[in-house]
Amino acid sequence: MFDRDTWQEIIATMRKHKMRTALTALGVFWGIFMLIFVLGMGKGLENGVYRNFDNRAKNVMYVWAERTSQPYKGFQAGRYPRLTLDDILAIKNHVPEVEFIAPRLGMGTAPMVYKDKSDAYELRGELSDMIKIEALKMYKGRYINQFDVDDSRKVAVIGDRVREVLFGDEECIGKYIRIRGVEFRVVGVFGPISLKPWNEEDLESVVIPLTTMHRTFGRAGRVDYFVVSAAKDILVSEMEPKIKGFLKARHSVAPDDPKGIGGFNLEEEFRSIQLLFGGIRIFLWFVGIGTLLAGIVGVSNIMLIVVKERTKEIGLRKALGATPGSIISMILTESIFLTSISGYLGLIAGTIVIGGLNFIMVANQVESENFYNPQVNLIVGVGSIVLLIIAGVVAGLIPAMQAAKVNPVVALKDE
Amino acid sequence: MIQLSQIRKSYHTEYTHLEVLKGIDLNIEAGEFVSIMGSSGSGKSTLLNILGILDDYDSGEYRLDNKLIQDLSQKQAAHYRNQFIGFVFQSFNLLPFKTAIENVALPLYYQKIERKKRQEIAMEYLTRVGLRDWADHLPNQMSGGQQQRVAIARALITQPKVILADEPTGALDTQTSYDVMKIFKEVNDQGITLIVVTHENDIANMSKRVIRLTDGLISGNETVQVGKTQSAQ
Repeated sequence: MFDRDTWQEIIATMRKHKMRTALTALGVFWGIFMLIFVLGMGKGLENGVYRNFDNRAKNVMYVWAERTSQPYKGFQAGRYPRLTLDDILAIKNHVPEVEFIAPRLGMGTAPMVYKDKSDAYELRGELSDMIKIEALKMYKGRYINQFDVDDSRKVAVIGDRVREVLFGDEECIGKYIRIRGVEFRVVGVFGPISLKPWNEEDLESVVIPLTTMHRTFGRAGRVDYFVVSAAKDILVSEMEPKIKGFLKARHSVAPDDPKGIGGFNLEEEFRSIQLLFGGIRIFLWFVGIGTLLAGIVGVSNIMLIVVKERTKEIGLRKALGATPGSIISMILTESIFLTSISGYLGLIAGTIVIGGLNFIMVANQVESENFYNPQVNLIVGVGSIVLLIIAGVVAGLIPAMQAAKVNPVVALKDE
Repeated sequence: MIQLSQIRKSYHTEYTHLEVLKGIDLNIEAGEFVSIMGSSGSGKSTLLNILGILDDYDSGEYRLDNKLIQDLSQKQAAHYRNQFIGFVFQSFNLLPFKTAIENVALPLYYQKIERKKRQEIAMEYLTRVGLRDWADHLPNQMSGGQQQRVAIARALITQPKVILADEPTGALDTQTSYDVMKIFKEVNDQGITLIVVTHENDIANMSKRVIRLTDGLISGNETVQVGKTQSAQ
C-alpha cells in the first residue's frame, strides 16, 4: 500500500487535475476548519462562564433560619428559630462531611472613624474560616484568626475601599479605627478574588471577630447565616440534608417542614450549566461534522469520477493480475491521502485561528464577561485526525467498490 | 497446454439472446504458435477473453496447463492471469503516466516483488525487445511499434505459459507489424505458447497454425506450410 508506485500514481492523477483536486481538498479543509473553530469558540464561551463560578463555589452552601410552616413539639407554625454560635460549633463537631464552616452576623452599616475621616460601612462578625470559603483574598495583612476569636480581640479586617477612603496613601495595618465608639486595630485588607458587580459590597465592609461582636455589641451569640464547604469528594447535595436535619432537630423544627431552616447551593445551577454546555457541545459537533460530511461527499464524488476516468487503467491492471483487494486499496489510499492532507491543513488553520484569537485577546487585554481562553484540546485534535481517516475511508469506499467491479473485458474493448 | 471442449457462451439482454460460441473444441499444445481468424462477430474476441480468464463461459470445460478453469473467484482469476498468461492488445494499453520500464515492471508489482528487483528484471526484458535506451521514456514519446514492444516485454516479464495477443498489429504499419511478429516468433522459439487473434492473412501465415472461426464454431484448422507465402485477399 505504501510503496513508491502507489504515491506516484496518486500524485500523477492529482497533478493532472489541479483545479479539481484543489476544490475537493477545500471541502474537507473547510469542514475540519469549521469543526475546530466552532468547538474552540464553544470552549471559549464555556471557559468564560465557568470563570464566573469561583472554583470553591461549587461545593459551598449557604444556610439560614426562616419562619417554620408546621407546628411541632408544642410549638406553633410561624416561629422563627434562631441560629447561634453553639449551632456552628455543634455542626463542626457532629457533621463529618463539613470541611469549613463560617458564620456571619451583620449589624448593618455603622460609621467607621479614623482621625478626621469617617464614613458608614457594613459591619460583619465572622470566624476565621470565611476567607477559605468565600471568593475573597487578602490584599494586605491577615484575616481574623483563631486567637482573635478565642480571646475576642478587638481587631478588624477592612475592605479595600474602606482603606482607600479612611487611610488614602497612609499605612493602615496596626492603626486603630473607631466603630460605634469602640477602638479596633486594623490587621488586614481584603477584597474579592475577581471583581464582579455582585461582590463589590465586600470592598465596603469591615469584619471583626464574631465573639468580639457578641461581647462588645451585645448580640447574644446570634448568627444570621453561615457558609459551609463540603469535604473533599463529598457533594454539597449529600451534605445539605444532614446539616438541615441536624439543625431542625436542635431547633425543634418538624423534620418534614420545608421551611424553618433555609439553604441554597450552587451545585444545581452548576449542574444545569454543565448540562447546557454539554448540549451546546453536541450541537457544535453536529454542525461541524455536518460541514465535514459535505466535504466528504465532495471527495467521494470526485473519486467516483476518477474511477470512471480510469476504468481502462483499472481493467488493464486486472488483466495483469491485480486482485479486487489491491484495486480497492489503491482507491482508498488515494481518498485517505486527499482527505488527510486537506483535513490536516484545516486542523492547523483552525488551531492557528483559535490560538491567534486567544493571543490577540491576551495581548490587548480584552476581557469579556462570557468569553475567555478559546482553546482546542488534544482530544478534539486527535479525534479529528481519527475522524479524517474514517472520512477518507467512507469517501473512498463507494468509488473503490465501483472500481473493484470493473469488468476488464468491457474496459479493454478497443473503441 | 490448452484444452477446450464444448465451450458455449451466450449473452442475454432483456430482448435478445445471442449465442456467441456454440461449442468450441480446441487443443493447443505447449509451444504452439496459433492464430485465430474470423470476421467480426465470429466470436474470436469472446474466445480470447475466455482463454485469458477475463470472461467466464456457460458450459463445457476449459483446462489451462491441466487446471480446470471454472467458477473462479475474482482473486483466483487474477492470480492465474498473473501467473500463466501474458496479454498484448491492439491499442497497447500502456499506462501513460509511467515510463517504459515501469510499465514493463507492473505485473511484478502484483506478485509483490520489491521495486529494485522489479526494475532489474524489467530492464532485462526491455533489452530483449531492443528498447534498453528507451527505458525512461513515457509511452507518448514512443512510436506505435516501440509501444507494442514495451507491451510485449510487459507480457513476457512474468514468464507466462501462454501469451494472448488481440490484433497486436492492428494499429501498426506493415513493416512494424512484421517486426512485432518477428519478436513473437523469437518468443515462441523459446517455448512459450502464443495465440494471436488477427484478421490479416499475412500475419496469420507467420504463425504455425491457423484456426478459423465462423459464427461461433471452428470452421477451419490448418497448419501453415513453412516457406509458403499467401497473399492477402
